[in-house]
Amino acid sequence: MEVKTLKKEESKTGTSIRVSGAEAVIHCLLAEGIDTVYGYPGGAIMPIYDELFKFKDELHHVLTRHEQGAAHAAQGYARVSGKVGVAMATSGPGATNLVTGIADAQIDSTPLVCITGQVARHLLGSDAFQETDIVGISTPVTKWNYQITHASEIPEVIAKAFYIARSGRPGPVLIDITKNAQFEEFDFKYQKCTAIRSYTAKPTISQLKIEEAAEAINNAKKPMIVWGQGIILGKAEAELKAFVEKTGIPAAWTILGASALPNTHPLNVGMVGMHGNYGPNILTNECDVLIALGMRFDDRVTGDLSTYAKQAKVLHFEIDPAEINKNVHADVPVLGDVKESLEAILPLLKENKHEAWHNEFKEKYKIEFDKVIKNDLQPEKEGLTMGEVIEQINIASKHEAVIVSDVGQHQMIACRYAKFNTSKSNITSGGLGTMGFALPAAIGAKMGAPKREVVAVIGDGGYQMTIQELGTIFQTGVPVKIVVLNNEFLGMVRQWQQLFFDKRYASTEMTNPDFIKIAEGYHIQAKKVTKREDLATAVEEMMASPDAYFLEVQVEKEDNVFPMIPTGASVSDVRLS
Amino acid sequence: MEENKTYTISVYSENNVGLLNRISGIFLKRHINIESLNVSKSEIDHVSKFTIVVHTTEDWARKIVGQIEKQIEVIKAYYHTNEETIFQESALFKIASNLLFDERQIQNIIKDNHSEIVTVSPEFFVISKSGRREEIEEMYEQLKPYGIMQFVRSGRISVSKSEMQISNILKEFQYQ
Ligand SMILES: Cc1ncc(C[n+]2csc(CCOP(=O)(O)OP(=O)(O)O)c2C)c(N)n1
Repeated sequence: MEVKTLKKEESKTGTSIRVSGAEAVIHCLLAEGIDTVYGYPGGAIMPIYDELFKFKDELHHVLTRHEQGAAHAAQGYARVSGKVGVAMATSGPGATNLVTGIADAQIDSTPLVCITGQVARHLLGSDAFQETDIVGISTPVTKWNYQITHASEIPEVIAKAFYIARSGRPGPVLIDITKNAQFEEFDFKYQKCTAIRSYTAKPTISQLKIEEAAEAINNAKKPMIVWGQGIILGKAEAELKAFVEKTGIPAAWTILGASALPNTHPLNVGMVGMHGNYGPNILTNECDVLIALGMRFDDRVTGDLSTYAKQAKVLHFEIDPAEINKNVHADVPVLGDVKESLEAILPLLKENKHEAWHNEFKEKYKIEFDKVIKNDLQPEKEGLTMGEVIEQINIASKHEAVIVSDVGQHQMIACRYAKFNTSKSNITSGGLGTMGFALPAAIGAKMGAPKREVVAVIGDGGYQMTIQELGTIFQTGVPVKIVVLNNEFLGMVRQWQQLFFDKRYASTEMTNPDFIKIAEGYHIQAKKVTKREDLATAVEEMMASPDAYFLEVQVEKEDNVFPMIPTGASVSDVRLS
Repeated sequence: MEENKTYTISVYSENNVGLLNRISGIFLKRHINIESLNVSKSEIDHVSKFTIVVHTTEDWARKIVGQIEKQIEVIKAYYHTNEETIFQESALFKIASNLLFDERQIQNIIKDNHSEIVTVSPEFFVISKSGRREEIEEMYEQLKPYGIMQFVRSGRISVSKSEMQISNILKEFQYQ
């Protein structure tokens, strides 16, 4: 009897065609519904590029200016569209340049399939030209990886790759294909993978746990929800809304959870974490039941674990069993797909309003508004704040833009103040905090959601980490809007130096080039704003432009982001100044 | 603080080249030393079994098992304390042949330790001993004064007293 380790969809044609491994790769991508791939060619992947040339009408290959850009663009594409992003690179340096993007996708659960070329099978292990052990290198940062050395392996391995990348808790997969396997001919037939014996994509939901959780929620006096990206990845936005509206429970979000429920929803109480809102942070330590939905209690969310929500009964809705009790003990773990779990629990929940409890959030908001938000959004000082730029984008986009932020102060400000009506609108590097993410990710995001306005918000530091992707924007004509908030500092690091290292500004001041000229060199319309009175018009003009547009805003050099929970401090000790 | 204990982690997996690297990476990332590691076939055709011994807290043992199970090719992973398993290690001692005849005591050591002679050649002979770590250590100490030419001890192999329900998982997949 044949041992089944994999289940496959019945193939529609049933017949096979004789093709090269390289051509088979293209057929696999098309069969998986892929229309765009990001990459950069080189020796070991040339046979596949040769096929891309032949198939250019069916499969759009975007030539980025660096493989890191290809990986981030694929991430941006995946995160706005919910589809799998695909990045390609040659062996050796091409493959290693992908690694930062892969690591970012791993920690932020982004479905990616990365395809790298590799030296021919007979050269493996010989230190051949551009040979690098990318399977070894990428092992800790991939959900799965595999090296193909025979063309005949291609269909099954790629089918598995897509299934693994998108199912369960999504993540990046890397497939390394030796050059001989790209040349070899074989009889190709594609069947999508539907199950793998050793891998459970979705744990079965325990009705008992659902009931226990429902009881805790129904009896709670001061319950609070913290949702994460799991809601977006699990397509559970409608279920979250129904849950929140029926129970009346104040709901806060992690930065990767942003946009799953509109910011203007009356039950949305804001962001948790290091630079999150005052109310949800403080009240985490006052709630009696903490309902965690598709989030993983990252240390940037929890601060000091030994003082985090100790008084609360914790209900943890989570698809990944390894996350249960990893950082925070779950009194009621509800394993499974969050959409299905929320569907199952909804009928068991009692309607409620929790008005008095909501008022506590409102009071805390007032404090935060007076101490922080007012100064960020309606500043009275001369210099421009990052917050007022985000506010102008909100106004001009009517809360409908996809905001792709980089890493640093501007990122925290963007996450705090950007308003979203639509899910999958906050694209940022959360877990890895990868500077250089935003510009290429914005390219992918615009291609993944062409009808939406995509605005990249970037610091002057991070912008220069992947600035070469302006070339990709120019060549493809992708109409992304780029806003650089220029404080002439590596602002977030400078803030820490100010607060924790007695203002010793070691290597954080930046002498910047003329960003306008650089953009113009790539034939991208560009404008610089230095005064408040010019800001609104400039943002409107940018948003109205049908083409790519670069807007540099000179902001106050030494502004800080507050509230702030210093590293290792408790959520109760969130600082307002 | 939870106390450190010896845990035996048993991992059933598909036979896959890269998996050893993935699994060892999980320990590396957490700075947990692997005391011993053994990979072999298991009671099920085409399914491999890793037996990994670590000295750590139960909390860590549980988290590590969670991370190991997360790997795509891992079918199931378990952790057990010493009391929950039957386990042993094997050792080989290579000793100069003349000692076997000159030192009567060596024959007693072999007999008392329930070990056996695997091979004898004009230059050397080899003793094999299976058992608990302490038993092997003790025999090592006894033989040491006479001179050990080579010594090697294997990783722990173990079976659990309770059932590890792999066959059911696999059957379900086969027939579903
Ligand atoms: C690749 C990378 N290197 C270093 C860091 C550390 N880091 C975090 S924020 C930051 C400063 C970012 O400066 P900038 O891009 O100008 O944004 P700002 O904080 O000023 O808004 C640095 C250096 C990082 N997150 N990523």
